[in-house]
Amino acid sequence: MIIRNRPPLSYSDVTPRNEYLNRRRFLAGSAAVLVSGAAALRAAKLNVASKSPFSTSEPLTPFKDVSTYNNFYEFGTAKDQPSQLAKNFKTSPWHIKVEGQVNKPGVFDMDAILKIAPLEERIYRHRCVEAWSIVVPWIGFSLSELLKQVEPKSTAKYVAFESYYDPKQMPAGAWAGISFPYVEGLRLDEAMNPLALLCTGMYGETLPNQNGAPVRLVIPWKYGFKSIKSIAKIKLVEKQPPTTWNLSSSREYGFYSNVNPQVDHPRWSQAKERRLGEFLKRQTILFNGYGQQVAGMYNGMDLRKNY
Amino acid sequence: MRIRTGWVKAAVFTAALWPVFSLTWRAFHDGLGANPIEFITHATGDWTLRFLVLSLTITPARKLLGQPSLIKFRRMLGLFAFFYGTLHLTTYLWLDKFFDVSEILKDIAKRRFITIGMLAFFLLIPLAVTSTAGWIRRLGGKRWRRLHRLVYVSACAGVIHYYWLVKSDVRLPLMYGAMVLLLLLYRLAVAVRPNPSSAASRASP
Repeated sequence: MIIRNRPPLSYSDVTPRNEYLNRRRFLAGSAAVLVSGAAALRAAKLNVASKSPFSTSEPLTPFKDVSTYNNFYEFGTAKDQPSQLAKNFKTSPWHIKVEGQVNKPGVFDMDAILKIAPLEERIYRHRCVEAWSIVVPWIGFSLSELLKQVEPKSTAKYVAFESYYDPKQMPAGAWAGISFPYVEGLRLDEAMNPLALLCTGMYGETLPNQNGAPVRLVIPWKYGFKSIKSIAKIKLVEKQPPTTWNLSSSREYGFYSNVNPQVDHPRWSQAKERRLGEFLKRQTILFNGYGQQVAGMYNGMDLRKNY
Repeated sequence: MRIRTGWVKAAVFTAALWPVFSLTWRAFHDGLGANPIEFITHATGDWTLRFLVLSLTITPARKLLGQPSLIKFRRMLGLFAFFYGTLHLTTYLWLDKFFDVSEILKDIAKRRFITIGMLAFFLLIPLAVTSTAGWIRRLGGKRWRRLHRLVYVSACAGVIHYYWLVKSDVRLPLMYGAMVLLLLLYRLAVAVRPNPSSAASRASP
């Protein structure tokens, strides 16, 4: 007999997410034992101590969208390239060198980074300069926790960040049209703002490579390109440091790059944005809706000039 | 060699609709990625440029390959460029701007890549309208050919539109630019160099 009406797959037929994650972890774990020193475990679960009061209650963008629609030019300039080309990116061992105008410079390995402060989950809005946005449950802690440990000197006014760059692992980067290693920067008070997140994970797990593994910044009130990925170096400096997109086109990408619907990108409007997964566009909000926490830092500044 | 153009034309026509089928299929199978509207905008824009390049390839291909019957495909390819250009523009007007006229006008005035993209499209309109045999007759071959040289401007404008819109990786716009340049240089070379065969035939009536 031919059964024509096969019942549709119900939720209970599908392996629950936790189980397959466990399985994956088990497999990855055994592989790591077999091949010690192999690449970092993929998507290991991160223990989150608390949920941050900074979180928005807006619905999350699906993990699939956040992990397949990426700007990570070291791994190609098309949105779907980083998730393909960063698969074998080696993120372990990993070190961040912290130097410059600090009393206690040092090199932090991943273990040390994860011990700096308890991990929090923070659900932030993330607004790209290309006028799309996402809502992501990041995991990490305030960048200020790291900076406090190295004790900035009074001469430190800015923080310069540098991404890891290895042309052998990132051959597509040669065609990106911007220079690498990718560099970014913040004023010290911006970097010390509690919203500035040193991020090691998202959606309960370690960061996927294409999202900036193993550690990145998330600066929710600024355009996404300020949230530098795969950080290798942090330097406290006296003068405003160079930033990659500003070097590429200073008319279009300023040092501050605060989300601002009033100040257009020369080639497109920033008044509206498309939240991934939504059909209609929504209005963009000044400082991406984080004005209460950050507007004070820009008092008296002309945001049109300091775009 | 004789090509059975009826069948071939039907095949080319079907193949030229492939991007539409592909986009539709993707739309119903979660295949347009995280930003479907951007995906459709880019795909239709790409296909407009591809068909413009293809239609500009016909004349050199006829001469260089000795296949004069290829002329039978030129109108179809040109009209497909117009078709995909129309889809591209519609995506922008509808899914990006939701027919907000003041926004659109501001965009056209302010953003040069939009300005030149609009120019590229509007230049194609008279060419699409006068693509029929009736219009060729009404205008006369000489005037019709002169009018249809607007496609050179449109293709250049289309490439510049693409070049001005990308953020930093200019490889694709430059590739289209190189193809259009090559196809136009061929025409320039033909125009400035007296054709030896026609000169010979004129010499011996």
